[in-house]
Amino acid sequence: MDATLTQYVPLWLIVLIKSAIVLLVVVTTFAYSMLFERKVMGWMQLRPGPNRTGPWGLMQPAADAVKMMFKEDLTPETADPLIYKLAPFISLITAMGVFAVIPFAEPTGDGWFGAIGDVNAGILFLFALSSIGVYGISLAGWASGSKFPLLGSVRSTAQMISYELSMSMSVIGVLILAGSTSLMTIVHQQARIWFIVPQIVGFVIYVITAVAETNRAPFDLVEAETELVGGFHTEYSGLRFGLFFIAEYLNMITVSCIATLLFLGGWNPLFGLGFIPGIVWFLAKAALFLFFYIWLRTTLPRIRYDRLMDFGWKVLLPVATLNLVVTAVVISFLGSQG
Amino acid sequence: MARKNLFNVLALVRGFTTTLSYAFKKKPTIEYPTIKKQHAPRFHGLHELRRYADGKERCIGCELCSIACPANAITVIGAENAPADRRSPGERYAARYEIDELRCIFCGLCEEACPTDAIVLTPRFEMADYRRGAFVYAKDRLLVAPDEGVGTPPDERPGGIPADLGLVSNVKSTVDITAGYEATARGKYLKDHRRGLAG
Repeated sequence: MDATLTQYVPLWLIVLIKSAIVLLVVVTTFAYSMLFERKVMGWMQLRPGPNRTGPWGLMQPAADAVKMMFKEDLTPETADPLIYKLAPFISLITAMGVFAVIPFAEPTGDGWFGAIGDVNAGILFLFALSSIGVYGISLAGWASGSKFPLLGSVRSTAQMISYELSMSMSVIGVLILAGSTSLMTIVHQQARIWFIVPQIVGFVIYVITAVAETNRAPFDLVEAETELVGGFHTEYSGLRFGLFFIAEYLNMITVSCIATLLFLGGWNPLFGLGFIPGIVWFLAKAALFLFFYIWLRTTLPRIRYDRLMDFGWKVLLPVATLNLVVTAVVISFLGSQG
Repeated sequence: MARKNLFNVLALVRGFTTTLSYAFKKKPTIEYPTIKKQHAPRFHGLHELRRYADGKERCIGCELCSIACPANAITVIGAENAPADRRSPGERYAARYEIDELRCIFCGLCEEACPTDAIVLTPRFEMADYRRGAFVYAKDRLLVAPDEGVGTPPDERPGGIPADLGLVSNVKSTVDITAGYEATARGKYLKDHRRGLAG
């Protein structure tokens, strides 16, 4: 992009254009991560996966979208209509909002590239938004006026509380190493060594909690179709169910991006492979993480609810705390830089 | 100890490698409408009424198939052959011959009961339709068209799928089904004791 262009284009327009592009890319990514999941799961279950819609099933997301849009949007009689109708939007808006601060590549001086906005407390913004996203699920279950969604939302609340703690703990280790809460700075700090090396414990904890945070198998107790029908979204149909669906996958993409930024060096290339552009590195790492998610889903069965709680409180939290304390002590001995 | 399982990292690694290795295995899926599975040579599918080489119908309207049918799916109404226009070599022929394929259990007893090898079961199996009435097959659909030969002899049914059914799957069967059948006692008996009227 031409640096002088910034002089003629107002900042708000730049942000608007960048938002539109990111939104478009993210929604497309969502659509194809869904297809990717169904394909990979199919392969792992000795099936070819969707392959009837277009070549290699590539039109499947479009077909699904059309299906969702034309289905009837039902509201149960016992539901609280306002909250019931609002809940999917809370989930979706927060899931989309986080992409405002995620830097995808090395920013250029004129602000045309990189993140939409480089918030200096980016990581806090991310966690704040994803915490609000839980309200979408909790309220959806509560407002459905039906027992299974209620159980799902109760589980969701408990699960989020227990896993978000450990997640924040695991992330604080990175913040100590980087000495900043700005995602840009955190990535810059990883130019020499990715934080996955000094923070391997933190990384493992982050990965586990991220799965729980996004309600994915084996921690998908919030949906748990074998016991709760559909969990919090049992009563939802049509486009509103679709919004929850989008939100779930966007959250998956988000936590993959965060893992990439915090632990896998963001757009920093592997040694000697600098000729590949940073954005490719970023996307490749995030995609790898997404693949791991799907891999995990096909491999492990759903964990029992009490064990989930046990694991969160009695294992993850103490280990995360220990990791945090050790990191802090080591850093304070070594000086301010890791 | 529940806790012990949770930390069994080796088990996790094994699980993950298993699922990953499965992702690269050959898929056994036969993508049906485009590719069809090879089935046993004596597969019991849609019926067919055969003809002799001179074009005469084999069915003599004896109703033995109808009597043999455990599902009461066959209706035969025989009639006397007109000397000027003989439909079959015998005295009588089937004026009406109807099989309700929805009742039929495809057991093949009609085939075995038939003294002239007139009714046989072909490997055709795609009979889906929208109306129940469409499943009552009359002579117009059962009888081999005069220009299409004599039909399939019951014990010489080709393995696989008739050419008009499309592509055959490239998935290899673990046993050579043709050889397998010939090797059975029943297959051998049928091969050695061809019925007199066959040909």
